[in-house]
Amino acid sequence: MPAPTDRRYLQTHEWHKQQGDIITIGITQFAADELTDITFIDLPKVGAKIQANQRFGEIESVKATSDLYSGVGGTVTEVNPALQNEPGLINRDPYEGGWMIKLQVANPAELTKLLSSDDYLKKIGQE
Amino acid sequence: MLKRTPFYDFHVSAGAKLVDFAGWEMPLLYRGIVPEHEHTRNSASIFDVSHMGRLYFSGKEAPAFLNRALTRNVADQKVGQSRYSLVCNESGGVLDDVIISRDTKNWILVCNASNRPKILSHFNQLRRAWNMDFDLADQTEATGMVAIQGPKVIDKLSSILPVDLTNLKRYHFETSSFMLVKLTVFRSGYTGEDGVEIILPGKMASMAMKLLAGKLDRPDATIQPAGLGARDTLRLEAGMPLYGHELSEQIDPLSAGLAFAVDLNKDFVGAEALRSIAQAGPKRKLVGLELEGRRIARQEMPVLLDNQPVGAITSGTFGPTVQKSIAMAFVDASHAAEGTMLNVDLKGSQVPAKIVKLPFYKRPTK
Repeated sequence: MPAPTDRRYLQTHEWHKQQGDIITIGITQFAADELTDITFIDLPKVGAKIQANQRFGEIESVKATSDLYSGVGGTVTEVNPALQNEPGLINRDPYEGGWMIKLQVANPAELTKLLSSDDYLKKIGQE
Repeated sequence: MLKRTPFYDFHVSAGAKLVDFAGWEMPLLYRGIVPEHEHTRNSASIFDVSHMGRLYFSGKEAPAFLNRALTRNVADQKVGQSRYSLVCNESGGVLDDVIISRDTKNWILVCNASNRPKILSHFNQLRRAWNMDFDLADQTEATGMVAIQGPKVIDKLSSILPVDLTNLKRYHFETSSFMLVKLTVFRSGYTGEDGVEIILPGKMASMAMKLLAGKLDRPDATIQPAGLGARDTLRLEAGMPLYGHELSEQIDPLSAGLAFAVDLNKDFVGAEALRSIAQAGPKRKLVGLELEGRRIARQEMPVLLDNQPVGAITSGTFGPTVQKSIAMAFVDASHAAEGTMLNVDLKGSQVPAKIVKLPFYKRPTK
């Protein structure tokens, strides 16, 4: 089960990738596989303020509904426009094309508090 | 320890995601629920349904017993015929929904995996109470069962199976030998597609799988494996009930729209209760709902009219073929007319839903 080392994770299966003060958030391959075919995603609008460790959206699959969390606080600068019509993109390409939101954060260093790729895989028993 | 079907090794080698289903280790999916669903509608899929119970009744009093235990009349059932029926308790609640088939020497009853222990003890109790003489053999773990479903199944299997499939009518079956393997081939299914269901000896399962489906790992194969996930979305589009969702001991078959499988003119367990329900008219009815948007209604979510609860969801999904958010629900009979606009309470947000005729999907007629 892959979990790229260029990003940080939450135990609830969200990945966070930093580029300057912008953090891109999505869910891991493991989570996408567990949910099975994703049919719907509810994401915040551009400009919305997100608190660290708070729910920012919801994702639904044929099998289940699940909340989405961010490990860092910030302001939404971009929402992946492709997902509204094609939520299945998250199943096919969770780490690139299936990204969900981009946040502008005050303190990108906060990210180091989150799980590394190794620690995440250990937590979910997939090392 | 979970039970494994004779196809367990096949599931593992085909890369299935396995889950616990009623105590059996079953494939949820192989490639994905939606692609497996679509392949069933467009081509053909093979499903392992070996977890379902297979009970064989034989002996002189078997037909009389079945006629008293089942809601459907079996007295006029011919050899080679299958019928959908319910098993009810005295108050008319559904203990299980089953397919009963009459063979030359046996009656074969196929029941839900989750209900097998309950239904076996229910039948044994009735046998003692009624002092009837017949044999009841549970062949579930000695046999395997597959469902092969989709528009290309009959063509594809006609040249392989030793049964004249094109002339085998819906809800009929034939038993025959195939390279020394005894196969019972039913023209039935749970997907809304044409197809067959086959019972075979457990030991022959892997050989039969190769013969029936050929090389399943080829991406262009006509028949591909599909798991329980697709089985559920397919049956839901086809408007078919699933025990534990549309049926339970608290639900009677008349409210669930299954009057065709209940013969109120004969004596059976639950008949009296069902006759009074029929006379008064069911208080609630099972309906189909089409929801606005892409969100999915889940079991037990409230169905509202003017903010007042009038029912509850039993199953819901996003139908991969109909491309709509669909659900089934029990709704007060006074608000159950087709075209009625209701709302589903999806964890606090109300989503408009319209009552539509079941099924959501009907296969194109040739």
